[in-house]
Amino acid sequence: MGLNKEQIAKRIAMELRDGFYVNLGIGIPTLVANYIPEGVNVVLQSENGLLGMGPFPFEGEEDPDLINAGKQTITTLPGSAFFDSAMSFGMIRAGKVDLTVLGAMEVAENGDIANWKIPKKMVKGMGGAMDLVAAAKNIIVAMQHTNPKGESKLLPRCSLPLTGVGCVKKIVSDLGVFDVTPDGFVCIEYAPGVTIDEIIAKTAGKLTISPSVKEMTV
Amino acid sequence: MKKVVAGADAAVHDIPSGATIMLGGFGLCGIPENCIAALVRKGVNNLTCISNNAGVDGFGIGLLLEQKQVKKMISSYVGENAEFERQLLSGELEVDLVPQGTLATRCMAAGYGMPAVFLLAGVGTEVADGKETREFNGKTYLLEHAFDADYAIVKAWKGDTMGNLIFKDTARNFNPLMAMAGKITIAEVEELVQPGELDPNHIHVPGVYVHRIFQGTDYEKRIEQRTVRKKD
Repeated sequence: MGLNKEQIAKRIAMELRDGFYVNLGIGIPTLVANYIPEGVNVVLQSENGLLGMGPFPFEGEEDPDLINAGKQTITTLPGSAFFDSAMSFGMIRAGKVDLTVLGAMEVAENGDIANWKIPKKMVKGMGGAMDLVAAAKNIIVAMQHTNPKGESKLLPRCSLPLTGVGCVKKIVSDLGVFDVTPDGFVCIEYAPGVTIDEIIAKTAGKLTISPSVKEMTV
Repeated sequence: MKKVVAGADAAVHDIPSGATIMLGGFGLCGIPENCIAALVRKGVNNLTCISNNAGVDGFGIGLLLEQKQVKKMISSYVGENAEFERQLLSGELEVDLVPQGTLATRCMAAGYGMPAVFLLAGVGTEVADGKETREFNGKTYLLEHAFDADYAIVKAWKGDTMGNLIFKDTARNFNPLMAMAGKITIAEVEELVQPGELDPNHIHVPGVYVHRIFQGTDYEKRIEQRTVRKKD
């Protein structure tokens, strides 16, 4: 069975620490904002130029001048700050943003990530993904473990054009939580209802099961 | 010093076919709607446009694409536009995809008079193909050149007749960087005021960078993704 998208987001939210500045990518990563644990205060960065991203506006209060990187209407919070795109990526590059969460089409056992292009099929551009993965101190990938054909997305090597090299530190998939180490993927948690055998069968890259592996709490 | 022009048509009157133009905005947020309409009316073509996105069908840069006025787009993300995709796949349109932070920083470099910068984004990917590299502290960086644009067209919230600009919320995005980067910079503003009416402490782009300014009209400010929550 495995986790649904909300549960993946909820598990990633458990990685947040008080005081973190966090950039959430489009898709499942955006949902992480809904599950920030009580007592943990984080500041969300939107790379189009905002620190302190608030929730969606109430109906009728949308402002076309106030959007997030997914072009959704949003709000500010007390203490928010606006800035231009160069400063936005400047703070990312300078390591001021503590955590980046983004989606991926493929992750390799050495931490390479591919998430921006399928040659001859999808060529929309990388947006800010290459800047984020190149510079962020800590990168967690939120993804489905397999593609719609059932093929593993955790691979020995990425087959798609890369977004960044050796940068992914952790993956939360529908099947479990995986550290990306010099020794390949290490399964540290499995999702409720998922067996270790299933994880092994659906992981094409080098995989080790941590001796202290446990069932995930979500 | 006369920077105020009558309107969008006057502001873009000398932009020739084949020009390289920066256009501010992120998605449809903070785009120079009036000048884009004037470029469509003027009918110039073979344009190279530097802009984070390429508009949507029927709005923003999408209007220039529909009239086949664009030869090349330099952007980070172009996914919202069916006509764009059609022209790209048919080979009518060239596109140079640049990481968003690199795009912003290449604008910034131009505005600060720096010919190039070393950046980490894209190392080890196809973005690095053919680029000079250099190592600093054990890490490899790409040499990325400042953009060289004939014109920059930006949209600001408020401006004065000296060309000083203030932007609103996330409509700031690429606008100040491009305003600083153009050889000739055109600013359209929602509210044009007299010198002294803007607090000098609040200026985002000083007027030295701005050559032409006018108060725009009829802003549509289309929203790409309207997301709301219900009141409890």
